[in-house]
Amino acid sequence: MLKQIEGSKAVAEAIALCRPQVVCAYPITPQTHIVEGLGEMVKDGSLAGCEFINVESEFAAMSVAIGSSAAGVRTYTATSSQGLLFMAEAVYNAAGLGLPIVMTIGNRAIGAPINIWNDHSDSMSMRDAGWIQLYAETNQEALDLHIQAFRLAEELSCPVMVCMDGFILTHAYERVDVPDQAQVDAFVPPYVPRQVLDPADPVSIGALVGPEAFTEVRYLAHHKQLRALDTIPQLAAQFERQFGRASGGLIRTYRTEDAATIVVALGSLNGTVQEEVDEMRLAGKRIGSVSICSFRPFPLAAVREALKGAQRVVVLEKCLAVGLGGIVSDGVRKSLSGIALNGYTVIAGLGGRAITRESLRRLFHDADRDALEQVTFLDLNTDVVAAELDRERAARRTGPTAEAILRRLATGSPASTVHEGRPWLRR
Amino acid sequence: MVETLIKFYQTGTFTVGNRLLREDQRAVQADMQRTNSLNSGHRACQGCGEALGARYAIDAAMRATGNRLIAVNATGCLEVFSTPYPESSWQVPWIHSLFGNAAAVASGVAAALRAQGRDDVRVIAQGGDGGTTDIGFGCLSGMFERNDDVLYICYDNEAYMNTGVQRSSATPPAARTATTPAVGASPGNVFGTGKNVPRIAMAHRIPYVATASVANLRDLERKVTAAMDIRGARYLHILVPCPLGWGSAPDDTIRIARLAVETGLFPLFEARHGEVTDRTPIRHRHPVEEYLKLQKRYAHLFGCPPDHGRIALLQAMADRNIAEYDLAEVAA
Repeated sequence: MLKQIEGSKAVAEAIALCRPQVVCAYPITPQTHIVEGLGEMVKDGSLAGCEFINVESEFAAMSVAIGSSAAGVRTYTATSSQGLLFMAEAVYNAAGLGLPIVMTIGNRAIGAPINIWNDHSDSMSMRDAGWIQLYAETNQEALDLHIQAFRLAEELSCPVMVCMDGFILTHAYERVDVPDQAQVDAFVPPYVPRQVLDPADPVSIGALVGPEAFTEVRYLAHHKQLRALDTIPQLAAQFERQFGRASGGLIRTYRTEDAATIVVALGSLNGTVQEEVDEMRLAGKRIGSVSICSFRPFPLAAVREALKGAQRVVVLEKCLAVGLGGIVSDGVRKSLSGIALNGYTVIAGLGGRAITRESLRRLFHDADRDALEQVTFLDLNTDVVAAELDRERAARRTGPTAEAILRRLATGSPASTVHEGRPWLRR
Repeated sequence: MVETLIKFYQTGTFTVGNRLLREDQRAVQADMQRTNSLNSGHRACQGCGEALGARYAIDAAMRATGNRLIAVNATGCLEVFSTPYPESSWQVPWIHSLFGNAAAVASGVAAALRAQGRDDVRVIAQGGDGGTTDIGFGCLSGMFERNDDVLYICYDNEAYMNTGVQRSSATPPAARTATTPAVGASPGNVFGTGKNVPRIAMAHRIPYVATASVANLRDLERKVTAAMDIRGARYLHILVPCPLGWGSAPDDTIRIARLAVETGLFPLFEARHGEVTDRTPIRHRHPVEEYLKLQKRYAHLFGCPPDHGRIALLQAMADRNIAEYDLAEVAA
């Protein structure tokens, strides 16, 4: 059924159609509307047989999810940013225990400085936690990926994060096709756990494992993700047959067949990239793009196949490995082992900075001439950076950096105004 | 379970009365058919109060629930010594997740049972004092506040024993730990610090809070049984001496646990919905020195000359408990 609704509402409806039995919720922008939507459905009875738990922290949210999943029921939660970091220990634990929890990440920057807007720093920080990570391009795909996520998680006994760009998707009102209950029931069978806390068959879950078996346990977690490289495209194909639209899969290519330049990106940014690719094509440039949907497991073979004929690859990243550059670039370069082409990392859209068509056009033209640095920060205000570095060279007590930059942007000067209105501070 | 007090006149105690009772009135531990929920063969130290407390408590909970019990465990000694891969001492379905989240995991298990309509299966969470009063405190308070159907049991040995005896917020004043060493002008843990979690639990107005001691088996079993008879959040705080951390003889564990009660340092009481409803009066009151002298963690108090000032402060704490909980037994 076609609806014009907010992305978060679309996800909440998708989750409800998957019949979760425990949903735990802790508020953090920008994921909050999703759990609010679910809470309302539980409260008004339209989502029957589901326990909605208001917890006291994200750490508790994931811990409650661990308990309910281990007790054998389908479990869901959502978070963003600082919330994901606060639950980090339990995020690793859920994967280590092999519990098929599904969690939405409304992607948001990580502080300090505190920032509520979109980038991928949060989910990227958990890339090696053992969760499968799927990135949605559109609200329709976000909705569809959640339906696939429960199936995927439960088939593999592995938790799945569905990552959707905060605000850009979570708060955007778009047309989405919401399937009916019978369609979803036909795709997502009832949950049959591999391990369950059951007095009729007592097991110990979470025992202490020493050097004699730890490597094997970890290898099996890796092996599970390698199996997901087969399962993810199979589920996407089955989803397309049953629902009549393509969503998910490992990667999606766009006009890459004869492309000399290929842009790689995750999530909603791909829409803008594709529009600019079309524009460049009209100007006769051989350019295409690759959208990575499955970041964990990382589809090395599929990425290699998509990029191997290009002359250069530009990886657009909404995250930063401080002191190195790109995070997605690492995987892309690993996939290109033995293939000689120019690789560029572009850090873009941090903390919600808009990635405009105009900036992308400039960037793609620079790439086309191989005039890019190894690592480029898109639309970096170099004047502000240079002025701040000068200031730090000139004095020791320069005060908080972020505040000085904001002051310079607002007033043209970083000079402190602490004496204004505070006469007692005057000497 | 009905607790029947039978005074055994030759020794002046109640504790040997078990064999004089009808079989169905005897302690769970006296039952040859008890579940041994924490089975023998685990790796706890000799004289471990926590191993004893856990077996007493879980066996009693198993009997009270008709063996339909799920246990959640915080990281700590109990978790480590009971489940070295590939062995497990647990005869109950058992899960260990993290150090600070046992209460929340138990909330999740309880929620799953509710969602499945399984009101016959009950949930226990358990941890040491570090996992309860410090790192797990947020999750514990959340579980209390939501009144989730979980009995949380804290086995309090008054420090982080698993990591090598470091101070926790349950470490008593003057006690020596690895992070409150017995050196300097005021050796051991400082006075005026620490956290009384049973009282904090009561402040949540949860249906049931109690303290118990491994020296008083029947009282402990009765409290577990009472707790399992109630729905909602419940809290049981059991004092469990640790020979390693306290520097006591393994065969003094019960004696020390009893002295903690009989000095007034560890009052035994029950509270319902935030009000104290029952307490165990002290029949033979002992000065705190008798308790302290058996433990090397207090050895610095008994040098030459003894630290009379700090011993008096500890005695004052015991006296305050006795007054606060009305523990002085009135002569019959």
